[in-house]
Amino acid sequence: MATYSTNEFRAGLKVMLDGDPASIVENEFVKPGKGQAFNRVKIRNLKTGRVIERTFKSGDTIEAADVVDVEMQYLYNDGQFWHFMQPENYEQVQADSTAVGDNAKWLKEQDTCIVTLWNGSPLAVEPPHTVLLTIVETDPGVRGDTSGGGGKPAKLETGAVVRVPLFVQQGERIKVNTRTGEYISRA
Amino acid sequence: MAPDSDNDWRPTASFATLKLRAQLIARVREFFAKRDVLEVDTPILSQAGATDPHLHSLAARSLAPGDDRLRGFLHTSPEFAMKRLLAAGSGSIYQICKVFRGGESGRRHNPEFTMIEWYRVGFDHHRLMDEVAALVTEALTGFRALDEVEKLSYRDAFLRHARIDPHRASAAEFRACAQTRGVTASGLAPDDLDGWRDLLLTHFVEPHLGVNRLTFLYDYPAAAAALARLRADNPAIAERFELYIDGVELANGFHELADAPEQYRRFEADKNARAQLDLPPVPRDERLLAALAHGLPDCSGVALGFDRLVMLAAGAASIDEVIAFPSARA
Repeated sequence: MATYSTNEFRAGLKVMLDGDPASIVENEFVKPGKGQAFNRVKIRNLKTGRVIERTFKSGDTIEAADVVDVEMQYLYNDGQFWHFMQPENYEQVQADSTAVGDNAKWLKEQDTCIVTLWNGSPLAVEPPHTVLLTIVETDPGVRGDTSGGGGKPAKLETGAVVRVPLFVQQGERIKVNTRTGEYISRA
Repeated sequence: MAPDSDNDWRPTASFATLKLRAQLIARVREFFAKRDVLEVDTPILSQAGATDPHLHSLAARSLAPGDDRLRGFLHTSPEFAMKRLLAAGSGSIYQICKVFRGGESGRRHNPEFTMIEWYRVGFDHHRLMDEVAALVTEALTGFRALDEVEKLSYRDAFLRHARIDPHRASAAEFRACAQTRGVTASGLAPDDLDGWRDLLLTHFVEPHLGVNRLTFLYDYPAAAAALARLRADNPAIAERFELYIDGVELANGFHELADAPEQYRRFEADKNARAQLDLPPVPRDERLLAALAHGLPDCSGVALGFDRLVMLAAGAASIDEVIAFPSARA
């Protein structure tokens, strides 16, 4: 079993904490002038997303977590699981709603996502920064309005709802920023 | 490794900060020149290592053919060599040098850092605290306006900020005190009295010390004496002090232990503690023991972290901002 010493702690290091995979967010080394040194660590539980603070006696070790980020293609949703495939070896994994979370609304078949795997199972799914999606429902816009101010809600093929300028119509494909949920342009 | 690895040949400190560094060094030298304290330099590479179980020396070896024996250790402080100079009759001395401590890396730590260390013959630790305050105030003039200097006993600081008596509490009581404040420490043995006291010190006491002022913490528990002498009227108290500004430790000083047999006992205690912690043994400085046996004049000494002083003057949040090349780029 791989372990890390506190001397190897740095942001992004994946470790096991209380039985869950976790990622170190911040590591602070504190030491009285003479005496015992400690590492005060902010650490994110990768299952719950919660950040907690922990103190380690310096030199202490912690188990490494087998957590990797892999680029995978989104295949389909079977009603319960989202299925992803690694394009190089066609290996497939299925992610549950805990792993996919709110990002489900950005997942379009064949798009490449980053899937965080823990011991081979998906922990989290990150959609591409921008996606191209078709508008399936929006009110007809007012002709001549090109300002983009105001706007109107538009429902996309994946179920996401974004605000679009009034001139954008049902059936059109648009480019959306998945991090902010904002309309970028017509595709 | 680093995201900016293409650029990591560059210094992490700005030239403005490097000029400030040079200016502060000049102020320090002027301070000691005015007081007739002699500047000395002693070996960085020495045959003896740091015996303190919480200090980790860097070992150095020669790569010359036929000369591949372990050659020595980079010093963690120039203390032993400077005390040998004192015992030989140097009078008051100071040194500005690089020191090395393995495993110490962080926002305020770099394994190689610059220390100002000085010894004043005939001073007790209270008189030396006054001189430390004068040096820091003079160095920071024009950079940082500080409130009046404060002196606080170790006990009062614990009572005020952790509501526990550091001289009387048991390991279990220290641990419970930490737990009620939401902190436990992985890897710390439940009966590690000194470790739990240090946990409270670093987590709950230190952050409140020296808020926009110099705060001296003094009269440490004997267990944390390091190389300080114990108080003649109360051997449970060590004549040691530390200086804090903005919750950051800046200096550590002692009314120096001059008793050779007592120094020998502390070396032995360190040796046993290292063995218990599975730390490699290091040779102790026999020449220091010989110098103490010859006679160390009554003196107090202090070590001050120069990089942190520059951080204060520059308003820097990280030590990397005040040194040209931190260890990751060294």
